[in-house]
Amino acid sequence: MSDVIVYLAHPGQRYSKVNRAMVREAAKVGGITRVDLYADYPRYGIDVEREQDRLIDHDTIVLQFPFFWYSVPALLKDWIDLVLEHGFAYGEGGTQLAGKRMILALTAGGPEGSYSESGYNRFGLRTLLTPLEQTAHLCKMEFLPPYVLYGSIEADRDTDVAEHARGYAALLEALRDDRLQTGNADILTADTLRLGEAAS
Amino acid sequence: MTELLELALLFLVAGVIAVPVAARLGLGSVLGYLIAGIALSPVLGVLDVDVVEIQHFAEFGVVVMLFLIGLELEPKVLWQMRTKLLGLGGLQVLGTLGIVMAIAMALGQPWKISLAIGAVLSLSSTAIVLQTLTEKGLLRSDGGQSSFSVLLTQDIAVIPMLAFLPLLAMPELMGEAAAHGDDHGGLSALDAWIEGLSGWGRAGLTLGAIAAVILVGNFLTRPVFGFVARANLRELFTATALTIVVGITVLMTLVGLSPALGSFLAGVVLANSEYRHELEADLEPFRGLLLGLFFITVGAGIDFGMLSENLLVIVGLTLGLIALKFAILWGLALLFKMQGADKWLFALSLAQAGEFGFVLLSFATGNAILPDAIADRLLLIVALSMLLTPLLFLAYDKLIAPRFSAAQELEPDEIDADGPVIIAGHGRFGGVINRILTSAGYKTVVLDNAIGHLEVLRAFGFRVFYGDPTRPDLLHAAGIDQARLIVVAIDDPHQTTELVRYIVDHFPHVHVTARARDRNHVYELWAAGCRDIIRDTFDSAVRGGRSALEALEWHPFDAERKVKDFVARDQHAMRRMADLYDPDTPSHENSAYVQRARELMREQDEAMQQDSPDYTDWIGRAWTPPRPRDIEANEEETEPSKKASS
Repeated sequence: MSDVIVYLAHPGQRYSKVNRAMVREAAKVGGITRVDLYADYPRYGIDVEREQDRLIDHDTIVLQFPFFWYSVPALLKDWIDLVLEHGFAYGEGGTQLAGKRMILALTAGGPEGSYSESGYNRFGLRTLLTPLEQTAHLCKMEFLPPYVLYGSIEADRDTDVAEHARGYAALLEALRDDRLQTGNADILTADTLRLGEAAS
Repeated sequence: MTELLELALLFLVAGVIAVPVAARLGLGSVLGYLIAGIALSPVLGVLDVDVVEIQHFAEFGVVVMLFLIGLELEPKVLWQMRTKLLGLGGLQVLGTLGIVMAIAMALGQPWKISLAIGAVLSLSSTAIVLQTLTEKGLLRSDGGQSSFSVLLTQDIAVIPMLAFLPLLAMPELMGEAAAHGDDHGGLSALDAWIEGLSGWGRAGLTLGAIAAVILVGNFLTRPVFGFVARANLRELFTATALTIVVGITVLMTLVGLSPALGSFLAGVVLANSEYRHELEADLEPFRGLLLGLFFITVGAGIDFGMLSENLLVIVGLTLGLIALKFAILWGLALLFKMQGADKWLFALSLAQAGEFGFVLLSFATGNAILPDAIADRLLLIVALSMLLTPLLFLAYDKLIAPRFSAAQELEPDEIDADGPVIIAGHGRFGGVINRILTSAGYKTVVLDNAIGHLEVLRAFGFRVFYGDPTRPDLLHAAGIDQARLIVVAIDDPHQTTELVRYIVDHFPHVHVTARARDRNHVYELWAAGCRDIIRDTFDSAVRGGRSALEALEWHPFDAERKVKDFVARDQHAMRRMADLYDPDTPSHENSAYVQRARELMREQDEAMQQDSPDYTDWIGRAWTPPRPRDIEANEEETEPSKKASS
């Protein structure tokens, strides 16, 4: 068993299709902690002590967000800037996150093909995510392959989105029960998700 | 009675004519009063007016002035000045006294008379120098502070001088002294009792008087002022303030101390009181008028008959005295490492003899220390040197200061950087602002006239002053002319507007943050020239609206963005309406105003209808990632220009 905390960072949830579906499915998963960052801090002012305590209490940190301008939404960036503090997450005495796992669950607007050298985004998604990967590394956390829905804007609500949301719930359960096997995968998607046991 | 009023009219007219003329010519008010006095002296001679008597009365102005100076000096500051007081001041007094005495002896005077002359001439004119330094804004400069220290030491030094001069009495002058008679008034029985006390008894009485001033100042003024404030009558405060200063003067005169020193002490004791600014504002006119009267009497007291008979001797001695005092002060300035213009200011400002010289002279003749012939000449020298002082300041202004001004500009001006923040009204609105500013390390001057309120605040350790913040004189005492910012947080919208208009008109350098009651009040304040207007309940109402949206299960971040948008629209509308608002026309009769209001309402309605849950509306305008068709669209748009250029 692993203590899982899911941080959702989406500033425009009332217009969200995929992330809202993911939240709905994830709500069915018991035994995990859920945080809506934009609801907790609508005017920013992040409570650093509270957030650090939350991180200490969990060993798997899920960051769920839409991929904005090849990065995280502003509040999540602020959260990273403030909470992953020197002396807490890195630097002298900064070992509080060592050995924990970080996994990103992001929705990417462009289709899979656009995240390649020949696509209009010109870089592979893992390359674009290296700043976050390195953040986890510096905090001595294990960086799991991210769970991604490509082409989220054009995605069909009843098929692709629903499948991605169900896969998300299954992923969270697997994380909770320590039975996620990532193999050599760079990216996890609803199709390629390999779970240790059959999802319920 | 009529005689008194006639005399008052005479002095007032002379002052009202001479001072503005002198000020316009850049001579300063002191010289103006002196000239008025000189012009009056023949008239006063014809009317057989006792100028000396009036001068004694006018010396009360010096007492009031020292009280006001004391109010500005907290005991802590006074303690920090101790080196300057003892070192600089002590050396000036003793040095001048010694050298003048030596010269007098060299000119053939007996040592006792020489010592008395030294004492008389070692003092400078507190009245002229402080008045001029304040007027020119030089009191806070290094040179001004040094001058002030020396003047303070001199005021203290008068006490031992008055104590020891009687020991110099010369029996052969006793006959002359008897002619001067007893100039004490109706308190003679009490005087006689004090005279009858032993040396120890008198010392005890003196210490007791000082202790009384400090104790009363510390413990009694607060309840008394609280009591008076509840009556809510402005003139009662003035009466109370005068009672304090007159009371001290009487007490100090009785025990033979300098009233100026006593009131200075009382001022220092009250410097931490919340009534400080109220006292300052109330006493300020008395100080100015009485000092003016004093200067007029100095001018009028010049005996031109004697002057013309001994013109060369008197003028020569006066110039010699000024040169001598200047030289001694210059030496001290070098010793204490003063810089540039400060050195000049210090030496020039204190080079005259002063009004305490008059006091010592009448005391010395009364106690058979100085023969009348010498005393009369000294009186003339003292008066003449005071008359020349404004010219020395003029020389400083025109010749010295410009040479150093460039160098001085490089030094940061401490007064400006430390300019106070004034908070007018410490209620539910101003109180919060004050707490924020003080917690951020700013020094605030808080004015409020709710006495019950003040008592509560004091219990919690806030530093607030009693007074009606809408009074210009009180604002002045609180330092509005040096302030960086004033927060007008009083309840009454009408008073707020008046106060804002006054500040904007008279102190354009002061930033005004004003509390507005409602929309129309905002327009009024805008018309009054204020550009930082805060509606007192608007922000909390906005938060209320946000809470309501959250209660209706809006996502907190959406609620936040919704009310932000509301605030932005509201302020936009206010700004467009503000220019059309005319405080003198009811808004429904102001056609331009009505038309603009309708326009804005239409705009708002249109915008509201667009507020639908779509990515393209105002809330969701951000965060749309590029899609393949966006990329294609871009390529199409750039295509024609490529073709055109190829």
